[in-house]
Amino acid sequence: MIETRDLSVTIGTTPILRDVNLTLAPGTITGLVGESGSGKSMSALAIMGLLPHRAQASGQVLMDGRNLLTTPEPQLCRIRGHRIGMIFQEPMTALNPLMTIGDQVAETLTIHGDMPRDQALARARDRLDRVGLREPRFPLSLYPHELSGGQRQRVAIALAIALRPDLLIADEPTTALDVTTQAQILDLLRDLVRDEGMALLLITHDLAVVAGIADRVAVMCDGAVVEEGETEKLFRTQSHPYTRQLFAASRHAPDRVPTRAETPLLQVEHAIREYGLPRPSAFAPHPVLRAVDDVSLTIAEGESVGLVGESGCGKSTLTRAILGLDPLQGGRIRLDGQAVTAGRAMPPALRAKMQVVFQDPFGSFDPRWRVERLVAEPFHLTGRPADWRTRVGQALEEVGLQPSDAGKYIHEFSGGQRQRIAIARALIIRPRLIVLDEAVSALDVRVRAQVLDLLATLRRDHGMAYLFISHDLSVVRGITDRVLVMEKGRVVETGPTDTVLTEPAHPYTQRLIAAAPEIPAEWSVA
Amino acid sequence: MRWGLILGAILAGIAVLAALISFAWTPYDVTAMAIADKLQTPSASHPFGTDHFGRDILSMLMVGARTSIAVALVAVGIGMGLGVPLGLLAAANRGSWIDETVMRGNDLIFAFPSLVIAILITAVFGPSAVNAIIAIGIFNIPVFARVTRGGAMPLWTLDYIRAAEVAGKRRARISVEHILPNIANLLIVQGTIQFSLGILAEAGLSYVGLGAQPPTPSWGRMLAEAQTMVTIAPHVAVIPGLAIVLTVLGLNLLGDGLRDWLDPRLRVMR
Repeated sequence: MIETRDLSVTIGTTPILRDVNLTLAPGTITGLVGESGSGKSMSALAIMGLLPHRAQASGQVLMDGRNLLTTPEPQLCRIRGHRIGMIFQEPMTALNPLMTIGDQVAETLTIHGDMPRDQALARARDRLDRVGLREPRFPLSLYPHELSGGQRQRVAIALAIALRPDLLIADEPTTALDVTTQAQILDLLRDLVRDEGMALLLITHDLAVVAGIADRVAVMCDGAVVEEGETEKLFRTQSHPYTRQLFAASRHAPDRVPTRAETPLLQVEHAIREYGLPRPSAFAPHPVLRAVDDVSLTIAEGESVGLVGESGCGKSTLTRAILGLDPLQGGRIRLDGQAVTAGRAMPPALRAKMQVVFQDPFGSFDPRWRVERLVAEPFHLTGRPADWRTRVGQALEEVGLQPSDAGKYIHEFSGGQRQRIAIARALIIRPRLIVLDEAVSALDVRVRAQVLDLLATLRRDHGMAYLFISHDLSVVRGITDRVLVMEKGRVVETGPTDTVLTEPAHPYTQRLIAAAPEIPAEWSVA
Repeated sequence: MRWGLILGAILAGIAVLAALISFAWTPYDVTAMAIADKLQTPSASHPFGTDHFGRDILSMLMVGARTSIAVALVAVGIGMGLGVPLGLLAAANRGSWIDETVMRGNDLIFAFPSLVIAILITAVFGPSAVNAIIAIGIFNIPVFARVTRGGAMPLWTLDYIRAAEVAGKRRARISVEHILPNIANLLIVQGTIQFSLGILAEAGLSYVGLGAQPPTPSWGRMLAEAQTMVTIAPHVAVIPGLAIVLTVLGLNLLGDGLRDWLDPRLRVMR
C-alpha cells in the first residue's frame, strides 16, 4: 500500500504540488488526469524520489508506513525498480538502443535480485512472454530498433514489472501510440494489475482512456487534486467546476460551418509517391517503398476535409506532396486548376494559395525570430506590402492575440498561443486552402476546444478550405464535412464525416473506431 | 561552474591586450640589440629579462602576440569563410552528390597530417607569416564544414524549416536566414578552439623556422632560439613557452565555457 499525505513540492518560491493525497491500493488502477503543467508527472517523480534538485518536498509518501521522502538515497535505489516500477510516454527513448531487450530486462533483476545472469535471462524471458512478446518471434537477442513503438512499450512494461513491484507508475504510456496499439497496451496493463495484484497509477491527459480502465480517478489542476473518487461516480457527478470544464472541452465540437461552393479547389489524381530504401547489400538494387499508392481526393472551395490514419499510413508523405515539397512518381495534383510541382518549378502565386499549420507548437517557429517576422514570412510569396506590420497586427488579433505580441519571441508563449500564431502565419496571405497537419493533437483539451472554435470561426469569415490531417477520429468529428481514411498508402474509405464515424463500411475504419477509447454516453451529468 | 569561462576570458584577454598595446607602445624597440645587456634575469627595467642579443623579452612577447593572434585569426577566418558555406551547402542538399562531394573532399584534407602539409606548403612557397596563415587556414576548412553540417542537419527536419519551404523560400535563403543564426553558438565555440589550435600551429611552424621571419618576433622562434641556452638562462625559454601555454589554455577554457553557456539545453526554458 502506497499513499501520499499532504504531499507538497515547491521549486524556489513557486508551489508545484499542493497537499496531494493519493491512496494507491493493491489491485486497483488510479487514473491521474489533468492538463499539462498541472503537476501529474511531478507527483509521480515525488513518489519515486526523483524530484529535480532544486525542488523542496514536504508531507509524506508512505510505503508500508515508511516515509519515502526522508529515506536516504541508497535505500531509495533499492526501492525504485523493485517495489515501484515506472514506464514513460516515449518508447523510442526509454530503452537503451545498444542493449538487447533480454539484457535490459535482466539488468533490473541482476541489480536488485543479485541473480546470476542465466537465471535473470530466464526470468526476463518469462516477463517478456507475460507482456505478449513470445518466442520464437521475439527472441531475447532483439534490439529496440527492431521493434515497433507498441512492442517497445511492451518491453518497457516488462522491465518495469520484472520484479513484481507493488506500484507501477505509467506516465502517458499510450500517448505516443496509435489507437489500435493503445487499446492493446491498455488491455495488457489491466490484465497485469488483475493478475499480479499491483497498484497502477495511470497518468494521462485523456479522459476517455481513464473512463475505460481506471477504478478511481483523481483530477489535478494547478498542482492540487481538485476531485477524487470512484471513476463512474466521478464522471456522473462532476462536482468540481474544473472537472466539468474538462469534460465539456473533451466533447466539444464547434458549430458547423455550411459549405456553399462546389467548385473543386484541390484535386489529387492517382498520386503515387515512392521512396528508395537503403540497399540490403552492396550491389542489390534499392528496394522501393510505396508510401502513397494511387490516392485520389478532391477538396471543394471552402470545404473542410479530414484525412485520418495511423502512423506510417502515408498521410504525412501525401501532405508534403500536396504542399509542393516533394515530387510525385505518378499521378498529379492540381490546385485551383494549376499543377502543383515540387520545389522551384511551382510559381509563388500558386504557392500563396495554400498554407500549413504543423503539429508541434515548439518546433514550428525559429526561436531567434520575433513574432512579427515569423508571421510575415509567407509574404515572401506575394511581396511584402508596405503596411505589413498592420497586417501582422490584424492577423494576431484575428486569432485572439494582441498586436503588441508582435515584438515578442516565441518562447514567451504557451503551446496554445503558439498554435494561434501558427494559424496567424498561415492566414496572413489569405490562402484558399490551409493544411492542418495534426494541428491540435499536441494541445490540452480546453485549449484544443478553443483552437477548434477559432478554426471554425475563421472558415466562416474567410471561406477557405481545410485539409485536416489527424490520427484521431474524435478530432475530425467536429470540424470536417467529409473524411478520408488512409491505410498503408491507400484511401480505404471516404464519405461524409458523420456517416463514416457512425456506420464505417471498411474493416479498417471499423477497427479504428472500435479501438478509440470513449467515455460511455450514459455517464454524462444530467 | 562559470569560473572556467572567466579565467579563460582573462588569459585570452591579456594576450589580445598585449598585442593591441604593442601597436602603440612597447617598453623597448624589439629590433634594438644591446649585447652588453644580454641574458639578464628579470628586473625592474626588464620585467621578463633580456635574450642573447640583449633584446627586451616583454617587448618581444607583446609583438609576438600580435603575430600569433593575426595568423590564428586570419586562419580561422579562412576556415569559417569557406567551411561554413560548404557545410551549409552540404546540409541543404543532404544525401545528394553535392553533399557527397563536399564531405569526401573534407575527408581528403583530414587524411593528411596537418603540420606536415603546412611544412610542405611553407617549404615550397618559402617561409613567411602569410604562407603559414594559408597552410593553417586550409586545415580549418573541413573542421568548420563538418561542424556546420552536423549542426544544420537536425535543424532541417524541424517544422519551421518546412514552414519556410511552404513560404517558397529557397534552400540557400533558408540556410542563411534560419539555419545559420541557430548554429552560431556552435561556430563561436569551434572558432575559439580553432583559434587556440592556430596559435599552437603558428608557434610550431615558427619553431622550425617556417613562420614569421626575423626580425619580426614570434613566440615559436623565441623558443627555438632560447633552447641552446636553456641551462644558462632558463627564463629566456620558459617565458615564451608559458605565454603559448597560457594563451592556448585560456582560449580552450573560453571555448568550453562558451559552449556550456550558449548551449540551449542548459539554458532555463520558460
